[in-house]
Amino acid sequence: MRVMVFVKATEDSEQGMTPSPELSQMFIDMGKFNEELVNAGVLVAGDGLKPSSFGKRVAFDGPSRTVIDGPFAETRELVAGYWIWEVKDMDEAVEWVKRCPNPMFGPSEIEIRPFYEMEDFGDVIPDEAAAIHDGVGEKLANR
Amino acid sequence: MAADPTHRAIEAVFRIERARLIAGLARLTRDVDRAEELAQDALLVALTEWPASGVPANPGAWLMAAAKRRAIDGFRHTAMQSRKHAEIARELDEEQGMSAEAVEAALDDPLGDELLGLVFAACHPVIGAEGRAALTLRLVGGLTVEEIARAFLSNEAAIAARITRAKKAIAKAGVAFEVPRGAELAARLPSVLEVVYLIFNEGYAATAGPSLVRPPLCGEAQRLGRILAGLMPDQPEVLGLLALMEIQASRLAARAGPDGRFVPLTEQNRARWDQLLIRRGLNALARAEALGGANGPYALQAALAACHARARRAEDTDWRRIALLYDRLRQVMPSPVVELNRAVAHSMAFGPAAGLALVDAIADEAALRNYAPLPAARGDFLLRAGRRAEAKAQFEAAAALAGNDRERDYLLSRAADC
Repeated sequence: MRVMVFVKATEDSEQGMTPSPELSQMFIDMGKFNEELVNAGVLVAGDGLKPSSFGKRVAFDGPSRTVIDGPFAETRELVAGYWIWEVKDMDEAVEWVKRCPNPMFGPSEIEIRPFYEMEDFGDVIPDEAAAIHDGVGEKLANR
Repeated sequence: MAADPTHRAIEAVFRIERARLIAGLARLTRDVDRAEELAQDALLVALTEWPASGVPANPGAWLMAAAKRRAIDGFRHTAMQSRKHAEIARELDEEQGMSAEAVEAALDDPLGDELLGLVFAACHPVIGAEGRAALTLRLVGGLTVEEIARAFLSNEAAIAARITRAKKAIAKAGVAFEVPRGAELAARLPSVLEVVYLIFNEGYAATAGPSLVRPPLCGEAQRLGRILAGLMPDQPEVLGLLALMEIQASRLAARAGPDGRFVPLTEQNRARWDQLLIRRGLNALARAEALGGANGPYALQAALAACHARARRAEDTDWRRIALLYDRLRQVMPSPVVELNRAVAHSMAFGPAAGLALVDAIADEAALRNYAPLPAARGDFLLRAGRRAEAKAQFEAAAALAGNDRERDYLLSRAADC
């Protein structure tokens, strides 16, 4: 199964990166962990995200669309980076996350979310909607 | 047991560590069966101790230490019978005096050498290809005999016997659990890659049975391919094979229609192709080519798959490049099947007459005599040349030869359309 693994932001990570020996060490440790993931055939993709001060949000309410500039307040709910992993089940994903070096200075959280797979949509999406989805996808592919 | 979170966590740890444990223990005991037993024993110890003590900081090292203790006990037991065992027991006893860090360092296998050694042993050419595939899935992939049997549509007894024979062949030949070096590596790598691709193909193009694809086998082969690419990043053909599998697997969801019907490449909904896998495949291919491996058999096949992956619409496919790649592939991997695919590529690039000429030249090959894709291809060329009656006969002949129910339905529908 495919999972997305979110590294949650902290007050620190929201400040951006300032060079320091601790940060260098963290990069080295994280590099080793990534290498382990690659060698186990688990790592599919991954990237780090800039602080939310670089981000924007669009709020929806009926017909209105309001653009909100970052930074955003609820720091602990923000995402600072992600991986995509291919694992057998959630238990395996949890074990790999436990092996991750501390991703942040100070307390932090990592969240694991499984992808929807084709069969999950079976009963949820009506045929009509599925046809539209496929059509849109086809147009996208035909760009 | 499966419901208990602690036990589930332990099982997950064990799944992650199992192949490396067996690899290290096989090197130590020179006996795969014993290595599997010892690893299993270590799991049992963990299941007894960890629920109370918690999962240790380095569970891999812990499991290895526990397994080694069992190995020493076993060696002591048989020491009277064998001088060699007595020596190994003494060596291990000395190791037992090591600190936790030293045990960890001994287990630390930064190059993945032990795991790779196990892969090379399981894929040794003294074992037949099917035996190699089953043994690799068991030892490296960690699949149970039941899972392997289900994957290959075989029964457990047959698979168990196949694995036992493979282990005996390794033991009899005195195969070392080491990564071969230099010329020997070059000589033995193809046999490893062949096994991985065989597993992939068994999942991708199910050779028998009601279902067209068996994605779990593809996933297992991709995982093996990714492991090999991680451990041997400088081998272009390893990257070529990985690229080929990633790109082919990107089409798994599009290969079967909603009713399970086979959908050929040119008619697939390309929006269903997994762009993440395509990107991974193209990256691996670029790395293989940068290492000078553009003309390796797997890299060439990956380059072919990449031509399709890059085409946003079927009609954008660069058939001239595909025809050229097949011209090169037949030089490094001569086979009637490649010749047939080359004929198809030429028909798409230069018209049905070109395809017919090439297919007529190979029609008498013994290997193609009962090969459904040959009359299917000829039927397609004839239809495009406007020779409908001849085309219909060819599609019907192809349907009679198809081994897969879904493919047969497809060919019959093409015959009906003529």
